[in-house]
Amino acid sequence: MNNKERKNHQYKAHSAEILDLKDLSYDTRYFKVKFVDPNIQEKLGEYKPGQFAIFSIPGVGEAPFSISSTPTRQSFLEFGIRKVGSITEALYKLKIGDKFDIRGPYGNGFEMDKMKDHDLIIVSGGLGAVPLRSLLLYACDKREDFKNVYFLNGARTPEDMLFREDFMAMHQREMLETHLTVDEDPKGDWPYHIGVVTKLFEKIADRVNNKNTYAIMCGPPIMYKFVIKELLKLKIPKEKIFMTLERRMKCGQGHCGHCAIGGVYTCLDGPVFTYWDIERLKELI
Amino acid sequence: MKTYKLPKDKFPNFINFLSNKGNLYGPVKQKDQHSFEQVNEYSEMDFNYQRTILGIKKFLTPPRYITQKFDSESVEDIFPQSETNIVLGIHPCDIHAVKILDKLFLDNIKDPYYESRRNNLILVGHSCLPDKNCICQSTGTDIVEDGFDLFLTELENHYLVWVGSSKGLYLIASAENLFSEDITKEDIAEYIRWQKSRSEMFETSIPFKYMPDIIHLNYDSDVWDEFGDKCLSCGVCSLVCPTCNCFNVEDKIVMSADKGVRERMLDSCTLPGYSLVAGGHDFRPNRTQRIKLYYTHKLKEYIGKWGQPACVGCGRCVSYCPVDINVVTISQALFSDVYEEMVCDNNE
Ligand SMILES: Cc1cc2nc3c(=O)[nH]c(=O)nc-3n(C[C@H](O)[C@H](O)[C@H](O)COP(=O)(O)OP(=O)(O)OC[C@H]3O[C@@H](n4cnc5c(N)ncnc54)[C@H](O)[C@@H]3O)c2cc1C
Ligand code: SF4
Ligand code: SF4
Ligand code: FES
Repeated sequence: MNNKERKNHQYKAHSAEILDLKDLSYDTRYFKVKFVDPNIQEKLGEYKPGQFAIFSIPGVGEAPFSISSTPTRQSFLEFGIRKVGSITEALYKLKIGDKFDIRGPYGNGFEMDKMKDHDLIIVSGGLGAVPLRSLLLYACDKREDFKNVYFLNGARTPEDMLFREDFMAMHQREMLETHLTVDEDPKGDWPYHIGVVTKLFEKIADRVNNKNTYAIMCGPPIMYKFVIKELLKLKIPKEKIFMTLERRMKCGQGHCGHCAIGGVYTCLDGPVFTYWDIERLKELI
Repeated sequence: MKTYKLPKDKFPNFINFLSNKGNLYGPVKQKDQHSFEQVNEYSEMDFNYQRTILGIKKFLTPPRYITQKFDSESVEDIFPQSETNIVLGIHPCDIHAVKILDKLFLDNIKDPYYESRRNNLILVGHSCLPDKNCICQSTGTDIVEDGFDLFLTELENHYLVWVGSSKGLYLIASAENLFSEDITKEDIAEYIRWQKSRSEMFETSIPFKYMPDIIHLNYDSDVWDEFGDKCLSCGVCSLVCPTCNCFNVEDKIVMSADKGVRERMLDSCTLPGYSLVAGGHDFRPNRTQRIKLYYTHKLKEYIGKWGQPACVGCGRCVSYCPVDINVVTISQALFSDVYEEMVCDNNE
């Protein structure tokens, strides 16, 4: 290994500056960042929806986060971060203008080319809206590439609903057909649907063209089984049902072993899998 | 492959010569165990051993090492010093294990920490005779054809020395007066006799080629629970297995709050919390699931992907698991659960 290779090796993280911060909910914050080095920004701006990056906070650790922005808008990256532990707490302490290190992008991401000229049913639960927002923005920016785009989004309460204004704005501009639901509405002022996310299928079922549809989902592990049932009822082929999975990750590039499921690594071969993969690999969901 | 002859009485001289070429390590007997330790000369080593506690991975993915140092200003990568390390007396199974680690850390995305250690390592293999725990014949790793720099087969009066790399060839060329290229018909006959008698010494044989199917079909078998109930989640099996490479990463603050290091340490999929994610969801909360992961990965998925098990048959798990969970007991239990007659003994 020569010195140049040493400098640019695969674990090298690059300094990024925070351009904007916004609270999406009481425990989830929006981060807009840009790499300090414009060459890096250009290179790493070529990611795919569904890929993720790894943040490094020296002294605290590293953690993976889904890229929430779209590669069709290359001058920045966006993330949605839920405060759950030490690294995310350290990220919450950062201010606009502060810098921290990011490496990536990692993972297979969605095969957007395959989905061209199809209807898309995008189903999200809770934090799942963060990675799927990348795909939604992508579809809106390349609207003519796709036919109908249905977005079914669920959260526990109205307070937990992320990017609500963004999604409703896209809906109003008729970029996508958005349906929102919450499990509970403690304050009683929620204008949309109440109930689990699978109930939203009623709203689109009679219009789904199963010969020409891709379905994509992301949410808490418990959600997948129920959503898959609905999709199979609509006769969407198994290889056209995509989902992104979360696993413990310590490297992001197939070295540390933590994200292994059977013979695949979620960080390399995933995090996007088809339902076909899921049936083959027993432990996937 | 080039092959040379080294008279037995010249072996200590060759070791003396090697000690000028880098840091020398070899099998050293400590109480009733062997381990690869730094040495200076022939007399410190014992080449008549079965297995060291740790394999060559201790040189390539040490149990704990620093990858980065940082302070409030900057982050610095820490690579090992670029000194040559020469390891002597490595058995074929352990060389095969290095080949598996190479595949993982270098074939796809290169790991710079592994690569810098690997580039500085010279592997000198040594022939061995199996004990009852060795199952390398079943895993197809009892013989090694590449992956080493030099490999010495011990015969009656001399060693046959196989050259596996240009580095190895260079070492021989520089110590030319110790070696001869004059390999006679008798030498070849002696070598074949030796190989034959060695291959007849194995006591245990397991048909690993059936394992992917057997594990797949036995996925929900009670056999897994029996092992899961016994397992102590101590992680020893992963620690000693020469192909187990999972690691964890931790940051440590040293001295003042703005100085610290990032460290990698060996981890094991048999330990609790291995698959725990934020929010407290654990994908494998019980021992049965974790034992299943360990053996499914080694004996099913890896065979499916690479055509060979990620077990090199070194017998370490057989020797060290305190409750007798190992490739042999697992395979035998899975077979006999469905197929009474399957006896995993030799000579069938
Ligand atoms: C591909 C991928 C994409 C992701 N995308 C996002 C995203 O877009 N947004 C987002 O917010 N998150 C995302 N995550 C999750 C995110 O990586 C975690 O929330 C993050 O790692 C938490 O780090 P932390 O240091 O803040 O929490 P930690 O301090 O590591 O722990 C948080 C909680 O997890 C549990 N825990 C974790 N490790 C241990 C342990 N060793 N022992 C005991 N308990 C433990 C505890 O309950 C603890 O309270 C993603 C994860 C993956 C794999
Ligand atoms: S599984 Fe056991 S026998 Fe196989 S390589 Fe690992 S320690 Fe050796
Ligand atoms: S299988 Fe044996 S060595 Fe491995 S964790 Fe369980 S008890 Fe420990
Ligand atoms: S995160 Fe390390 S192997 Fe996938």
